[in-house]
Amino acid sequence: MNDAQLHALREAATDGVSCDGLRAERTEDGYTFATPEATHEGLDEAGFDALAEANPWLVSNWHVWADASGARAAYCRWIERADDLGVRERYEALVEGLSREWGQLLVTAELGEDGGRVYELRHVDDANAEPDALALHDDPLDAREIATLDADGRYRPLKTAPTLQRGWRFAALDGRDLVRTVEFFYPATVANWQREREGDLDVTHFRETAERQTGIYDVVDELDPEGVENLARACCVDSQCLKRREWDEDDEAELDAPRGDGEFPCREPCSLVIAAARQWAILESEDSRTYEFELTPSEKTQLEEIVGAVAEGRTDEIREADVGDGANRYRARYLRAKLTDEDGSFENVSGGQ
Amino acid sequence: MPALVIAAHGSHLNPGSHDPAFAHADTIRAAGAFEEVREAFWKEEPSFREVLRTLDSEQIYVVPLFVSEGYFTEQVIPRELRLEEWDVADWNSEGTDADHVTLTAEDVGKTVHYCGPAGTHESMTDVIVQRAESVTGDPDVGEGFGLAVVGHGTKRNENSAKATEYHAERVRETGRFEEVHALFMDEEPEVDDVTEFFESDDVVVVPLFVADGYHTQEDIPEDMGLTDDYREGYDIPTEVDGTRIWYAGAVGTEALMADVLLERAADAGADVGNALDLVRQRTGGTAAAGD
Repeated sequence: MNDAQLHALREAATDGVSCDGLRAERTEDGYTFATPEATHEGLDEAGFDALAEANPWLVSNWHVWADASGARAAYCRWIERADDLGVRERYEALVEGLSREWGQLLVTAELGEDGGRVYELRHVDDANAEPDALALHDDPLDAREIATLDADGRYRPLKTAPTLQRGWRFAALDGRDLVRTVEFFYPATVANWQREREGDLDVTHFRETAERQTGIYDVVDELDPEGVENLARACCVDSQCLKRREWDEDDEAELDAPRGDGEFPCREPCSLVIAAARQWAILESEDSRTYEFELTPSEKTQLEEIVGAVAEGRTDEIREADVGDGANRYRARYLRAKLTDEDGSFENVSGGQ
Repeated sequence: MPALVIAAHGSHLNPGSHDPAFAHADTIRAAGAFEEVREAFWKEEPSFREVLRTLDSEQIYVVPLFVSEGYFTEQVIPRELRLEEWDVADWNSEGTDADHVTLTAEDVGKTVHYCGPAGTHESMTDVIVQRAESVTGDPDVGEGFGLAVVGHGTKRNENSAKATEYHAERVRETGRFEEVHALFMDEEPEVDDVTEFFESDDVVVVPLFVADGYHTQEDIPEDMGLTDDYREGYDIPTEVDGTRIWYAGAVGTEALMADVLLERAADAGADVGNALDLVRQRTGGTAAAGD
């Protein structure tokens, strides 16, 4: 606490102050100063100041939150567990830092000067990294560049894909710049999280989103319920996206696909999901045919393993000489040499004409 | 203070697609005319659908970083922003005249000043000329030079060509270049035959595209004969059929483009203070007399 904070508290007491267990009022009978432990009434200014001096963390905590409102304040208070921890307990913890995970972000709140807050942001997997080992940033805009490519240099079209690269940190951010930085990493997540907390999240289900589409996306609404289920299983699970899916096929038809464990909600199928849905709507419009294959049991298993490895993005991890893995490159090349012609089409497959 | 949203296409495939939106947003942020400046995208995040809720401001100017009026500016952006009172007739445009309309976004209850696209603003002509200066390295380029403004062109929407022709005509009227032509990728007259349309020995080719990508980096250079394979690159200038072609790449990457976005917002009533001067100083533009 400093003199400016004390002065501000005296001023604010005229209108009444109530924040995290601190209550301050000024009436014709003098000041009231109440803490979670005791209430003091009928105080003169010196008595009021003495109690404030004796409870500096309560005063500075009030000052931190006095003018804060909306999603930004709710988010910053959530980070330091303001709804669960008492002020003294919180201040003690903030000396060491109070952390929360937000997707792949680790946000840490610490005490700054005069009881103010400063925030640090880094990748959750860098939680134990020495600060000097991480590239230091202070401009929220830098988050856009960090979020553009994954660790292998590949483009991340989906900001909430669990592929955020490591090796960086933002330090000494104030609350405003913290939320800006978080929002450059994961746009609109704070706003939608806050709406959800207030019971005000405007979920738009798949059917409504699909019916809104025009142009080349007009076909998306032709995807049938099973297709929508498979769409959610393909795209909207934790291994692919850290948002927690809150939309379903429509108001009445809940999807079975897991919603995900993410902290922040997904209120509507995103543009990537709609682009994929368009592809599947077109593919699903084909009639199925019957094909007859001759495969050994191991070859059938191998095809399943190849589909699984590609679907999980695991192909890069399969060691070159690990020919025991069905999705091993040499195994796949042997199967291709055996079963397909020079155009890569299956030979000796009957039916389907 | 109000907010500015730059609404761009973005891409699921090409990370460079968002670069112009980021760069121009940064220029405008630095000029300090808006409390908040945010990029929003059709194919990236924040989506048009969710950008407004990320802003504190109650007054929001939305400028589409698109080159022409059409599907995106008339249907997609207003629909996704939930401007439910939107009616394209309110723009009262023949294809290059869209100015602004003030509406309410239904999900957030905020006032949105929805502006016409950057690409059809009259000051976009200056950016095309500046692009010619940038690529030739000559602030006085014009004498002895032809200028080709290249649009995508599409039979699906006639406004796509109108924007290109509009700026070509405006540059022509200045008399600065020996000859000026509007050419297209997907309709006549085609950019493939660029040298046939010009008598000048030097021709600057400026594609009226927002971002460098497949069309501006692969299609157009190969179609014009600058290279057989874009991966091998090409010189600037490259001689094609006896004409030196100074290929400029997407006009939207020119720094002065930030000025056009700001002018759109100012035209819609935003108090941008001296930001226009600051942006022009910073991006190499020259403030018009009386500005």
